[in-house]
Amino acid sequence: MAIVTASKKACSVNPLKMSQPIGGSFAFMGLRGAMPLLHGPQGCASFGLTLFVRHFNEAVPMQTTAMNEVATVLGGLENLEQAILNIYNRVEPEIIGINSTGVTETNGDDVEAFIRLIRQKHPQLETLPLVYVSTPDFKDAFQDGWGKTVARMIEVLVAPVDAARSRDGSRVNVLPGCHLTPGDLDELRTIFEDFGLKPSFLPDVAGSLDGHIPDEFTPTTIGGIGMDEIATMGQAAWTIAIGAQMRRAAEIMQARTGTPFRLFERLCGLIPSDEFIAFLSEISGRSVPSKYRRQRGQLADAMLDAHFHIGGRKLAIGAEPDLLFDLSSFLHEMGAEVTAAVTTTNSPVLQRVRTEDVLIGDLEDLEELASSRDCDLLMSHSHGRQAASRLNVPFRRVGFPMFDRLGAAHLTTVGYRGTRDLIFDIANLIITDRETNHGPTPDTWPSPAVTCRSMPQSH
Amino acid sequence: MTSLRTTILDVSNEPGCARNASKSNIERKNGCTKQLKPGGAPGGCAFDGAKIALQPFTDVAHLVHGPIACEGNSWDNRGSASSGSDLWRRSFTTDMSETDVVFGGEKRLYRAVKEITEKYDPQAIFVYQTCVPAMIGDDIDMVCKAASAKFGKPVIPINAPGFVGSKNLGNKLAGEALLEHVIGTGEPDYTTPYDINIIGEYNLSGELWQVKPLLDELGIRILSCISGDGKYREVAYSHRAKAAMMVCSKAMINVARKMRQRYGIPFFEGSFYGIEDSSDSLRQIARMLIERGAPAELMERTQALIVREETKAWTAIERFKPRFAGKRVVLITGGVKSWSMVAALQEAGLEIVGTSVKKSTEEDKERIKELMGQHAHMIEDMSPHEIYKMLKDAKADIMLSGGKSQFVALKAATPWLDINQERCHAYMGYVGIVKLMEEIEKALYNPIWDQLREGAPWDEFDWKRQAKTVAQMDAQAVDPVRGANTNGVKTISFSNKSEIGDCESAIAAHGRNLVEPAKPGTNSTARGPACKDTFSDLQPSALQAAE
Repeated sequence: MAIVTASKKACSVNPLKMSQPIGGSFAFMGLRGAMPLLHGPQGCASFGLTLFVRHFNEAVPMQTTAMNEVATVLGGLENLEQAILNIYNRVEPEIIGINSTGVTETNGDDVEAFIRLIRQKHPQLETLPLVYVSTPDFKDAFQDGWGKTVARMIEVLVAPVDAARSRDGSRVNVLPGCHLTPGDLDELRTIFEDFGLKPSFLPDVAGSLDGHIPDEFTPTTIGGIGMDEIATMGQAAWTIAIGAQMRRAAEIMQARTGTPFRLFERLCGLIPSDEFIAFLSEISGRSVPSKYRRQRGQLADAMLDAHFHIGGRKLAIGAEPDLLFDLSSFLHEMGAEVTAAVTTTNSPVLQRVRTEDVLIGDLEDLEELASSRDCDLLMSHSHGRQAASRLNVPFRRVGFPMFDRLGAAHLTTVGYRGTRDLIFDIANLIITDRETNHGPTPDTWPSPAVTCRSMPQSH
Repeated sequence: MTSLRTTILDVSNEPGCARNASKSNIERKNGCTKQLKPGGAPGGCAFDGAKIALQPFTDVAHLVHGPIACEGNSWDNRGSASSGSDLWRRSFTTDMSETDVVFGGEKRLYRAVKEITEKYDPQAIFVYQTCVPAMIGDDIDMVCKAASAKFGKPVIPINAPGFVGSKNLGNKLAGEALLEHVIGTGEPDYTTPYDINIIGEYNLSGELWQVKPLLDELGIRILSCISGDGKYREVAYSHRAKAAMMVCSKAMINVARKMRQRYGIPFFEGSFYGIEDSSDSLRQIARMLIERGAPAELMERTQALIVREETKAWTAIERFKPRFAGKRVVLITGGVKSWSMVAALQEAGLEIVGTSVKKSTEEDKERIKELMGQHAHMIEDMSPHEIYKMLKDAKADIMLSGGKSQFVALKAATPWLDINQERCHAYMGYVGIVKLMEEIEKALYNPIWDQLREGAPWDEFDWKRQAKTVAQMDAQAVDPVRGANTNGVKTISFSNKSEIGDCESAIAAHGRNLVEPAKPGTNSTARGPACKDTFSDLQPSALQAAE
C-alpha cells in the first residue's frame, strides 16, 4: 500500500507531465480519416504536433483554431466555425475531433453550443461527426485527456442497441490506454485473432501510427478504426479495457449498449498475461493455442535467466499512473525493488503500486529520490535522459515521448512475448552497466586498515 | 516601461526590415505577420519564438509561467550546444493549476523564482509570459521587479504570450526584452578593437564552432553571441562591441538596429552558410572593425585566410561533381538561409529545380532569379499533397527542407535532408558546406531508394510463376542431385527477389553446410518452410552424391 503525495513545489522542474488536450488529440489519431483540432492558440497545437512527429517519426494530422488575442476577447465561435469549414472543404475528413485548451477554457467558450450553431448555419456538415471534449491544460494530464476523449467518442459515435438483440459472440471491443504502443496493439490483435475473436480497437493507433507507407498522401489520419465500425461496437459480446484510465469509457459502453466489460489494469508480466489468455480462452470457448504454451515457456525461461540481474535492483520510475503501475508491478514480480516512483496525475491504481510512496511530481523529484535512495536503474520517457546521465545510471526509455531513439511505435511489452523482450532489454542494460561501470579492480574490496592508512586525509 | 501592445506595434514597424519598408502604410499597420487561418496546420506561437531566441543562453534559468502545455509539451527540443553550463537544458515551469487560474498566479510565480534561486542560483532568470496568465492579468513585470530586488539577481520578464502572434513576432519581442532589461547593464573586463557581436545565431548542433576557430585565428573576439552558447554577462556588456553581424535576419533585426541607434554599433546582415557568403561575412567583419579603428592589416590576414579556406573547400567539393551531375534539388525552407547555400550546391553540379518563396521578400525573389535563372520554380504555397505528387512523379532527386515536411519526401521514397533547426549536423562555414555535400551524396546514393520504389513481388499473385515453380519442384523430385548442385533455391523459394547468390552467401557467411536450412540468412522468409523441406528432402541423396 503506497502513500500517494503531491509535490508542494511552486516551480515544476523538468516536467514529467504533458497536457491533457494533446492526450485527447492523440486518441483522435487512432480513428480513420480523422482531423484532431485543438481549440486554442496555434502554439498549443504546434507544440503537440512537434512532439508527436518526433516520437513517431511520422506525419501527424493536427490543426488549430488559431485563437489570437482579439478572438480570445470576442469568444471563439467564429474561429471554430472557420476552422471546421476549412477542414471540411480542404481535407474531407470522416471526423473532426475537437479538444479545448487552457485559453478557451479560461474564456469559458461553450463549444457544444457553438457546434449546434455551426451545424444550423451549415447544413452540409449534418453527417460529419464533430466530437468535442473539454480538456483544460491547467487540470489533469495526458492520460486523462485520452481517457475522457475515448469516453466521449463512445457517447457520440457508438449507436445504441436493443438489449434484447443477440450479440456477435466473436466480436470484442478493446479500449486500450494511451500507454500501449502500436506494437502492443498489433500483438494483442494477433492474440485475439488466434482465439478466433474479431477485435475492434477504439482508438486504433496501430492502424494509423505504425509507420506504414501510404499510397496517397492525405492530410488526415491514414488508417485507424472507421466510423462504421465504431457505430456497431454495441453489438460486441465483450469489452476489454486496458489500464484503469479506460474504466470510465468501458462503463459508458456498458451503460449505452449493455456490453459487459472486463478491465485489465496491466498486461505486462506472467500473472496478468495468464489471466488475459485464460479470459480469452473462456470467452471464445477455445483451448489456448499451442503457440501460447510455447510463448509462456519462453517467458518463464527469460525470467529464470534474467532474475540474477534484475533481482534486488533498486529502480526509479517516472511515468503516467497506468504505465507506472504496469511496469512497477511487473518489475516487483521480477524481484526488483521500486524505491522511487513519480507520476503525473491522480489515479486509483497509485495506492497499489508496490513501493513505499508515490509522488505526483516531476523529473527533478525523481532525480533527487533516485540519488538519495541509491537507485541503479532509471525508467521514464525521453526527458529523463538528462537525469540518468547526471546520476550515471542505466536508463530505459518508457512511454511517451520517446524522441531521441527510433522505433518507439514498435516497442512491445504486452503478453508473454512482449514481457519476455522487455525482460531481456532491461537485463541487458544492467549487464552493460556492470561491465562498463562496475568492473572489479584490485582496490574494489580494500581492507578497512588499508583504507585508513592510504587515505588519512579522509579522517 | 511600455505596454505589450505598443511594443508589438513598434517591432512590427521595423524600419530596418526590407520587407516592412516595401509595404504600404495600411499593410504595415496590420503588422508583419500573416494572420493564421483557423483550421490550418499550426506554426509556432509568439512564446515559442521568444523561447527559441533566448533559450540558447546557457547560464540562465528559463522559467515558463503558464499551464503545463507550454513547457511540458515542448522542452528539451532544440539542438543548441553549450560550452559550459547545462542549466539552459533544464526546464522550469509554474505548471499553473485551476486554483491559480481562479485566484491569480503571481504568488506562485514569485515562489517559483525563489525556489530556483535557492536551488540553482543561476546568473539570471528569464520569466516567459504565456496566454492563460496574460488573460487573467498576472503582471509578470511587477513580479520580476519585486523578485529581482528581493533576491538580488536579474529576473527578466519576457512578455510574449503565444496568442499575440507568430514565432517571428516572438523572436522580436524576446529581442525587445533584451534591449529593455539586459543589454547595457554590465561592463566587460577589457575591450579590444576586435570585439564583435553575433546576433540571431543559435549554435544549433554546435555550428558556430565551425566558424569560431577562424575568427579566433584572425584575433577577432565574439564579445557576445545572441544567443547561441551565450552567457548572461556577455549580453549585458554586448553594447561595448565594435561591430555586429546579424545572422538570422528576419528574427532579431530590431536588436541590431536599436543597438546601432543607441550605442553606435554598425551591423551587417550576413550568413555563414555557403562558401561565398562565409567569405563575404568575414570580409565585412574585417572591414567594419577597421572602420571602427582596428589596424588595416586585419584585412590582409582575412583575405589570406579566405583564400586558404576557399581553396580547401572547393577542392573538397570537386569530388562531388561527377556524383551530382544532373541531380535535381527542391529546396523548401524559410528563405534566407537556403539560398545562401544555393551557389555552393550549384557549383557542385546540383540543379535547383524549385525553391519556396513563402517567406521571401520581393528583393529575395529577384536574387533567386539571379541565382537560379528565370526558370527556377518558385513555390509560393504548395500543399504537402502537391509536393508529394511532384516527388512521386520524380520531378526531383532530393528535397532539402525542415523537419515538418520530411515525410512528404520520405513517403514518396525520395531522398531528403534536414536543413532546419532540428537537424543533427552542422553546416556552417567552409567545413560545414562540405559536410552538407557529404550528407547529400549519402542520401542520394543510399541503396534503399531502389529497393523501396519497387513493390513487393507477391503483391499481385502470379499463377504462371507458381505453375513454373511447381513444375520445377516435380523435376527436382525426379532428379534430386541436380537440384542439390544448384542449391535449388532460386526456384523453390517463392521470393523471386532472392537470387541464388543471396542464399549461397548466406550459407557461406554463417558457415552452414548444405544440410541446414538457409532461411534465416536470406530474405526469403515468405516461403521458408518450402526451402527447409527441400533441403531435408535432398539430404540423403546429396550425401550420397558427395560420397
